[in-house]
Amino acid sequence: MTTLASRPSGAAPADHAPAAPPASAADEPATPARTHRPAPAPDPAPERRRQLGGARISDALALVGSGVAALSLTAVIATQLAPVQGVVACVAIATVLFLVVYATVVSLDADAPAVRDRVVMVVVHGLAFVVMATLVFIVTFTFGRGLRALLHANFFTQDMALAGPLDPLTTGGVAHAIVGSLIQISLALAITIPLGLATAVFLTEVPGRFSRLVRTVVEAMTALPSIVAGLFVYATAILTFGLDKSGLAASMAISIMMLPIMIRSADVVLRLVPGTLKEASYGLGSGQWRTVWKVVLPTARSGLTTAVILATARGIGETSPVLLTSGFTAAFNANPLHGPMVSLPLAIFQFVKSPEPSMIARGFGTAAVLMMIVVLLFVLARVIGAQDAAARARRADLYARVLDGIRVRPRALSELEPTGDATVDPVLARYAVSGELPSEAPTAPGAPDSPTEEHP
Amino acid sequence: MATVLESPADLPPSPGGPPDADVPRRLGTRRAPADRAFRGVLRGGGISVLAIMSFVGIFLLARAWQALRVAGPSFLTTQDWEPDSHHFGIAAVIVGTLLIATVAVSFALPLSLGTALYISEYAPARLRRALVTLVDLMAAVPSVVFGLWGFFFLQGHLTDVARWLSTVFAWFPPLAVQGTDPRDPLSTVTVYTSSTFVAGLVVSLMITPIMTSIMREVFMQAPVGEREGALALGSTRWGMIRSVVLPYGAGGIIGGTMLGLGRALGETIAVYMIISPVFQVQWHVLQNGTNSVSSLIALRYGEASTFGMSALMAAGLTLFLLTLVVNFAASSIAARSRSGQGT
Repeated sequence: MTTLASRPSGAAPADHAPAAPPASAADEPATPARTHRPAPAPDPAPERRRQLGGARISDALALVGSGVAALSLTAVIATQLAPVQGVVACVAIATVLFLVVYATVVSLDADAPAVRDRVVMVVVHGLAFVVMATLVFIVTFTFGRGLRALLHANFFTQDMALAGPLDPLTTGGVAHAIVGSLIQISLALAITIPLGLATAVFLTEVPGRFSRLVRTVVEAMTALPSIVAGLFVYATAILTFGLDKSGLAASMAISIMMLPIMIRSADVVLRLVPGTLKEASYGLGSGQWRTVWKVVLPTARSGLTTAVILATARGIGETSPVLLTSGFTAAFNANPLHGPMVSLPLAIFQFVKSPEPSMIARGFGTAAVLMMIVVLLFVLARVIGAQDAAARARRADLYARVLDGIRVRPRALSELEPTGDATVDPVLARYAVSGELPSEAPTAPGAPDSPTEEHP
Repeated sequence: MATVLESPADLPPSPGGPPDADVPRRLGTRRAPADRAFRGVLRGGGISVLAIMSFVGIFLLARAWQALRVAGPSFLTTQDWEPDSHHFGIAAVIVGTLLIATVAVSFALPLSLGTALYISEYAPARLRRALVTLVDLMAAVPSVVFGLWGFFFLQGHLTDVARWLSTVFAWFPPLAVQGTDPRDPLSTVTVYTSSTFVAGLVVSLMITPIMTSIMREVFMQAPVGEREGALALGSTRWGMIRSVVLPYGAGGIIGGTMLGLGRALGETIAVYMIISPVFQVQWHVLQNGTNSVSSLIALRYGEASTFGMSALMAAGLTLFLLTLVVNFAASSIAARSRSGQGT
């Protein structure tokens, strides 16, 4: 609109009138239609590229200003107007005030949708910050309170058989609970890995009415509360069949909890194996057994490992089934068949029941050990997950590109355009827009190759 | 060769008629012995899992039946738990369980929705991967750790909040607190501890990571073309989220919330560590004393007689049925939504 208005007056509407109806122009071929090219307006200034993204200085100023205003208003309210006590109340008041002030400030130079956009942005950032900060705080709180116990080497090498509630942290430890946890989870894995993976393969490879029934029942059992699983094993194995409260009973209860989790996640992974791979294998003449063993399982290996490890992380942290089935002991017991065997979650639970500060510190220390084991399992899952065929292909692809001298460093689109470089690879440009390395695209050609490359 | 198409020689010979009287060929698969054995093993795995899972359910039902027959319909209305004098019911514990879960979900839903939106829409690409890992990791933190934090940290810091809530919203019955006068500075604060509110808050932090994880997964799958279309039509980022991401992820939001609800209903240890059990319906969520089915089981299993065990089984069965309904509702909602088509 602005360019039209600033045109020189020579291009008056009267000049356009004869050229406008094309019918009349065709009737009179003798008079050549004259076209007026309006004289270009003198450029007031060289055009500047608009900034489409990023933050403006006014955004930052609005945020900071609203924050200062909210804090000051809170201070006034808390000290002058109303007797507000406590950090929580002050934070709540400041948050509400901040939102009101910020919305007002933004509405000064933006319309309603933009104001809503800004307010939602601030709220979402705030919620995410609260969640992340709380979760990180829970972890650091546990480590902080348990540090006193963790600093003693005997915490990892001794059991609590000779340490009374009043003993200092220099005696006693949780070696028995660590060993107990490891034995119980190993027994549970020995039950669940073969059974769970066989069932997951069954669900995908032998479809039919029966496997649908199994899938429905397994899905239903994921809803089983862990305490009910413990109660079940307590009532059957211990009360009815007369088994001791022992590590074996505990691992049975953990297995009942882990089995549906593992089957469900393994089933999801196995269903993602491309049908073309299986068909290629059948087409080459191999049977179902060879196809599963040589194609399906290797393709899904990292996903299956993740399924197993996630189920393990759940199983090792379960307290309530162990509470009912394993019994409690302060002494070392490596025999899962006989006598009570304590595990890490149960040890935490028993430690913090005591009012003694040293026992509570031991409880927190044990919780820290348990979390470290869970983190270790997670890292393991990540490392193994990064080892699969698709990732290897992706990495090889990346190296090849780097060696070819092609820059796949993320670049802004604005950087690519003005050069007028016609040879810009459109694929590369797309990645430059998204600001990410091409991580997905090479997977597609990489993945189908990989199993055949493993088994030539 | 495992798959063998039956050759025409195997068919019954056609009775020398005209060539157009073709009999449709029967096509079948004859599997190699190794394959048949393999399928047998797989089927065996499926059958044994089905047997174990059904055994758990049937055994629970069978053992609970004894108590349910004695209690009759009063099982749902009685508040006390004295199975040995045949006077027991789950009215108090089931209401407590539902209240704790309600408090938990009403806190966890906005928190996880905000976090999931932040990770999928706002976070810088470099930070995103770390945040996804962190949330997944937090989903695997044992519940006893959350219980420790709730008992040793949160409980003491929440009494002021609870007192303020109960003073300001005293007209709203669930938030009222009896037995204390907020204007009396000497009144005890212990009436605000060990409440449904505290337990629900701890459980909400426990279920927030898993809910966030599911919602984030679905939000990230929202089609790029539709996102860019919304932005190209001039919508703000929030406009794009509201018109593309949230409608696409509605199934994930509901499904994730239901899954969190199921976890909250079944949570034992974190609740057991915080609440002080009472056996009457406690509607006042801020007031000391509540109960839940799972902590009832953890509390009473050791001293239970055979009949008492049967009564606990009945309570456990009720809880199981409750979480079962929630889970199936979640999966059917998620499967019917757009984002759940593939799974």
